[in-house]
Order: sequence, then structure tokens, then C-alpha cells
Amino acid sequence: MNALPRVGDTADERVFGPMTTEMFVRYSGASGDLNPMHYDRDFAEKAGYPSVFSQGMHSAALLSTFAGDWLGAERLRRFHVRFRDIVWPGDVLTCSGEVTDVALTESGHRVVVSLALTRQTGAAAILGTAEFDVDA
Amino acid sequence: MDDVAERAKAYDFPIEQGAIRAFALSMQSDNPAYFGADAIVPPAFLINAWRWAPEGARAEHGIPRARLLHGEQEFEFIGDVPRAGDVLRVQEWVSDRFEKAGKRGGTMEFVVVTTEFRNAGEIVALMRSTFIGREAKATNA
Repeated sequence: MNALPRVGDTADERVFGPMTTEMFVRYSGASGDLNPMHYDRDFAEKAGYPSVFSQGMHSAALLSTFAGDWLGAERLRRFHVRFRDIVWPGDVLTCSGEVTDVALTESGHRVVVSLALTRQTGAAAILGTAEFDVDA
Repeated sequence: MDDVAERAKAYDFPIEQGAIRAFALSMQSDNPAYFGADAIVPPAFLINAWRWAPEGARAEHGIPRARLLHGEQEFEFIGDVPRAGDVLRVQEWVSDRFEKAGKRGGTMEFVVVTTEFRNAGEIVALMRSTFIGREAKATNA
């Protein structure tokens, strides 16, 4: 298939957004997370927030879309995320990734990457790592 | 970690093509791997198991909702990635519980819940959710 990735290789960045409440609602329905904090403005304001905001897992799922398109959805073996900042309606999110390790396995190679989903402010909303099994 | 007595009740999680498709669209993916009769699941799709959980099947982290944060989430596939048509047996348990000093003189509580997914008896995926209980306001500062 593709050539074996090397440590330091980076992915072409991908931008999602501007984010909308409709996107949050779509994720609510698809995931079963029906917390009204993510689509009911009155509910969010009563809880002290300026507006609704995205589910952390919604942003994480966008980052997994980026990772799977980069090195292969079928080859993804591990995906880990840490939630760092809130994503609001109107946010523009940039996904980036870099290969941090390539290790020999019995059947090929295990490629480890670091991932980030960054808001337009420069703050990382999600920091992640992923591992892929590559036949090469 | 393998103390069966502390595990919540196991339940079945049918993997449906339409559910994968809806989830893939919600994560703005057009990756062919997630569409069609033999679609595989995106990692975060495993959280959908919870909507099939009957009473008593969720491991209780015990953190009050007002202080609850979702800190980290991890998904691991072991062997073949689950795909449409599979029926996975799901079981979860509290796998770790610890505290750290908070920045305001209180204590932050960490609870890790591990969820195991088996297909025909074999473990095919694991999910680890780290929940954080923010420090309560210091009462004797």
C-alpha cells in the first residue's frame, strides 16, 4: 500500500466549521448523548454558560475522522483523547497530526501519532494520540 | 481488574449499519469504511453501547453531576474492528479510582471506567473513560 510513515511526518491539516448548534444536535442524535446543555440555550444559560456548547466527544469524533482519513480507518487500533477546552458555536477547528513513533510488530509496523484539534483562538480543545497497524 | 464480582451486568449491543452511517455523518466523515453493509465502527461509536444498557449495567463512578467532568476517553481495537451485523457483549467496571491535590487546596477525584466488548467470546475492543470530580470549595480555608 502506501509507503511506511516516518517519525516527524505530518498530516495535511483539516478544518471543520464554523461549528453550529445543528452539528451538536446531529451528534446528540447519533451518539445518544441527549444532554440538553448542547442544544437548549435556555438550559445552558440557566447553568451559567453564555450559550450551548459542543459535546467533548463530538469534537473527539471529528478528530478521529481526520485521523482515519490520514492513515486508514481500518488500520486504527487505538484512539485516546484528553478534553482541554470547550468548543462553542461559531468556532473553527483545525486538526493536525504528527508521527511520533514507528515500531516493528509481528505483522508489520505500529505507527503512533499525536493529534490536536485547535480552536481559532490557538487553544487546543482536544489533544489525542492514535495508533495504526500498517502492513508495510 | 478482573474481579468479576465488581463488574456490572453484561448486555448485548447490536451493531447496525444505519447507526454507523448516522454516526459517521455526525462526525463529518465520508470515509467508505463507515458506509455500506459491511461498515466498520468508528472508535467513538462504541459509546453508543450505553443506549442499549439495561438497569444495573452501568458502572457507577459516584461523582455528583455538579462536579463531574469528562477528562479523558480511550478506545482500543483488538483483532478485527467490529462491523455492521456483529452483536457485541458489553460489560463494564470501575478499573481505577484515585485522588490528586487540586489547585484550590481541595482534592480532585478521578474514576476510570473500563468497558469491554466481546464478539463470540473474544475481546475485540476496550473503552476507558476517565471521569473527574472537580474539587469542592474549601470549607476551612
